[in-house]
Amino acid sequence: MTPVLEVRDLVTVFHTDAGPVRAVDGVSFTVARGETLGIVGESGSGKSVTAQSIMRLLDPPARIEGGQVLFEGRDVLTMSQRQLTDWRGASAAMVFQDSLTGLNPVLRILRQVSEHVVAHGRMKPPAARTHGIELLRRMGVASPERAAASYPHQFSGGMRQRVMLAIGMANDPVLLIADEPTTALDVTIQAQILDLMAGLNKKFGTAIVLISHDLGVIGSVCQRIAVMYAGEVVETGPTADVLGDPRHPYAWALANAVPRLDTPVAARLPGIEGMPPDPLNMPLGCRFMPRCPFRISRCGQEAPPLTEISPGRQVRCWVTMDGRGLPPAALPAAAAQPRAADTQPPLLEARDLVKRFPLPRKSTFAARETVHAVNGVSLHLMRGESLGIVGESGCGKSTLARLITRLHAPDAGQIRFAGQDITTLGGEALRSLRPRMQMVFQDPYASLNPRMRVEQILSEPLLVHGRVADAAAAREKVAALLDMVGLNPAWGARFPHEFSGGQRQRVSIARALALDPALIVADEPVSALDVNVQAQVLNLMLDLRERLGLSYLFIAHDLAVVRAFCDRVAVMYLGRIVEEAPAAELFARPAHPYTVSLLSAVPEPGQRRIVLGGEPPSSLRLPAGCAFRARCPVAQPICAEPPPLTEIAPGHRVLCHAPGSLHRGLA
Amino acid sequence: MSASLTIAPSRFRRRLRRYGLAWAGAAIVLSWLLVALLAPWISPYPPNAVDVTRRLLPPSAEHWIGTDILGRDVFSRLLHGARISLLAGFTVVLLGAAIGTTIGILAAWLRGWGEEGLMRLTDLVLCFPPIILALALAAALGIGTTNTIIAMLVVWWPKYARLARSLALVQRSQEYVEAATVLGLPQKRILFRHVLPNTFGPIAVLGTLDLGIAILTFAGLSFLGLGVVPPTAEWGSMVSEGRELVEQWWVATFPGLAILTVVIGFNFLGDGWRDWLDPKAQR
Repeated sequence: MTPVLEVRDLVTVFHTDAGPVRAVDGVSFTVARGETLGIVGESGSGKSVTAQSIMRLLDPPARIEGGQVLFEGRDVLTMSQRQLTDWRGASAAMVFQDSLTGLNPVLRILRQVSEHVVAHGRMKPPAARTHGIELLRRMGVASPERAAASYPHQFSGGMRQRVMLAIGMANDPVLLIADEPTTALDVTIQAQILDLMAGLNKKFGTAIVLISHDLGVIGSVCQRIAVMYAGEVVETGPTADVLGDPRHPYAWALANAVPRLDTPVAARLPGIEGMPPDPLNMPLGCRFMPRCPFRISRCGQEAPPLTEISPGRQVRCWVTMDGRGLPPAALPAAAAQPRAADTQPPLLEARDLVKRFPLPRKSTFAARETVHAVNGVSLHLMRGESLGIVGESGCGKSTLARLITRLHAPDAGQIRFAGQDITTLGGEALRSLRPRMQMVFQDPYASLNPRMRVEQILSEPLLVHGRVADAAAAREKVAALLDMVGLNPAWGARFPHEFSGGQRQRVSIARALALDPALIVADEPVSALDVNVQAQVLNLMLDLRERLGLSYLFIAHDLAVVRAFCDRVAVMYLGRIVEEAPAAELFARPAHPYTVSLLSAVPEPGQRRIVLGGEPPSSLRLPAGCAFRARCPVAQPICAEPPPLTEIAPGHRVLCHAPGSLHRGLA
Repeated sequence: MSASLTIAPSRFRRRLRRYGLAWAGAAIVLSWLLVALLAPWISPYPPNAVDVTRRLLPPSAEHWIGTDILGRDVFSRLLHGARISLLAGFTVVLLGAAIGTTIGILAAWLRGWGEEGLMRLTDLVLCFPPIILALALAAALGIGTTNTIIAMLVVWWPKYARLARSLALVQRSQEYVEAATVLGLPQKRILFRHVLPNTFGPIAVLGTLDLGIAILTFAGLSFLGLGVVPPTAEWGSMVSEGRELVEQWWVATFPGLAILTVVIGFNFLGDGWRDWLDPKAQR
């Protein structure tokens, strides 16, 4: 049987001002009917360009310069523009990452879903409209008739992604290419979309190519997987084999760098150092050689071919070509944490914090609406401890971080830092306290001033606070700081845009450390980074904590990351902490139904998911009683009352009427 | 080998296509600047040398573009006129941008009532048609280059205030500004060392495009008799002097062409600069 899609030696070149870049360099794979192929790789590995090449969506300066893309035996690359238009949308469809720019903001949803059904002449407009509403229903869009008449901006990210899938599936395509379809979504919503895609694949036999940087996502829905590095496929095979026993060192590093729910708490992640090769100046031999921990002399001279090592399994590596495996990664044991005695007063204590943001009036006479971002959060943090705060977007975790660092002033509640009440501190008193608590931000591109050299960025706080005598002393301290975060001290003269995302995040950390703080509030410090870089940055932060005795307030949406990093974890939902416990305890015995479903939504191979329906309610109108009631699978009538905070084990507090009533195995 | 040979010319063509006009604009602007700078040395006659025996002569080898009604050499006056026009244009745009940017950034930083006050003041000035308001002010202040420049400044700063405020609002919400606050840097320092430099690009582009408009407006005011005190050579007043001389076309045409080339030059330059600063336009 001919496969739905067969890609042979595809070569796509970008003709840039600096020279030709071979973004896709001899990629081959096949996808059969009813199969899901995952393509995984870090940013810049050529996975998205591969997808765009298959659909022929690339514009100059990009050009497809070689190979074949066979769709049911027809070569897509030789199709005329007209044939291409007929083929796209009817037989092959694509779903993009950014559902906001992927939809036309001025057209109603239904029009966008049914438009190309009519355009491909499959249905008359009235029939297409009915079909469109049916599609929306099939994609799990709530009240599809009403949704059909809405505009994209009225929808949340998850809903928009469903609409994108509905558009993709409108003509029952044989092939669906999804480029990072869930990357911008929260875990619980991601679980819904992944389930939906797996269902399409099973029910309609659609062949799916799923592109992602997230091995968890790939592992949970794909039958086969292709790992890409520097424009080449370096390993392909059945998902379980590749993830369980990776044979290419890069796949090996990727599989081991992912923080998983079953790694020991606060353990180092085995990451590989270095960066992908310069695409303008590829190494002569194996492209992964400079970073490879298993390299042999041959790797530097000859590029290895993609070789079949067992049926359906190919690897591009000299070391494992003869069928040898790679050793399991040695997990360094977690260092024993020097824990502060409990009798010591906490470094940071927050009580009943509340923050509301009034929105501008929609019209002169409309009532003013208010976002209830944080609704009564209490927490404490000991010296040398790290506390993780986890929650989905919009749960108020970033606002909480900004309250604690006093970027915002709380509307109610109290914050004590090192014994001092800082709730209403302002002006000079606050400014002189600031060096003691620092912040690391999420976006490594926005958090460094693009017009300042790294040296200026790091020396400015030192000079302003009089920590160094003169510019020469500042330069010395800057060099020491860069060295401490693992950057070359000579790089101080560079501008931020000359660094990669991971390196910028290191600069951010160095800036936070410049003033010898006691507390670092990290707001999603690794969520914008590739897994491998993520592991490097997390390891650095763990090292610094040990060396400098730092306390961290670590904010994240990724449970696995928090587990790898924190002593204690607090879960937030709609501006409240719903569960708080020591990390090991929380992951072993989650008690709040929200924590349980959050844990089960993490895409891990072989995990059974409790898929939560719906989305977090709006923080404009707080529900009475338990905030999670509307989505809770085990809600009872009593949940209409505000739930009590119960301590079910030492240090394990839950805000629920029936803690422990939902179990992970049960679904 | 051959690959690099085939790529090089296409790369050159692409750059030329993208920035060719900008280079042309830069060349025009630069030549006019040189002319303005060297006018006393390169002009063949003194600009105000009256010789009624040689009035309204057509272009010839002696008087390249003829003489005007008082027998003054139009070419020499044109060269000297460049000084006034460019000086007025640069002064209005530089001072206007400085005032407007300061007000705009302050408004973005103050928020609340301070912002309301500053921006409503901006709106108030923007309410009036700029030329009419400048006309009225220049008339009230009296004829003269300085007074005209002051009148133009009053109507000139608001667009910079609007632009600077919107740019500063964007920068303000960037994480690096939060980071600077968390580092305990003084507000003034954050404002001038962090926010201001990051708003510079678009303001500079607006300023470049604006230079042409400012020169045109100044010439317009002079044409209406408000700009310079006669007999100072200025393009607008030269056009005005020649406006009824239909047969002696050269008196009004050449100053008009001078205005045209300067405005086009600054527009090309500004467009090119905008494209160059636009990250999406690159590659």
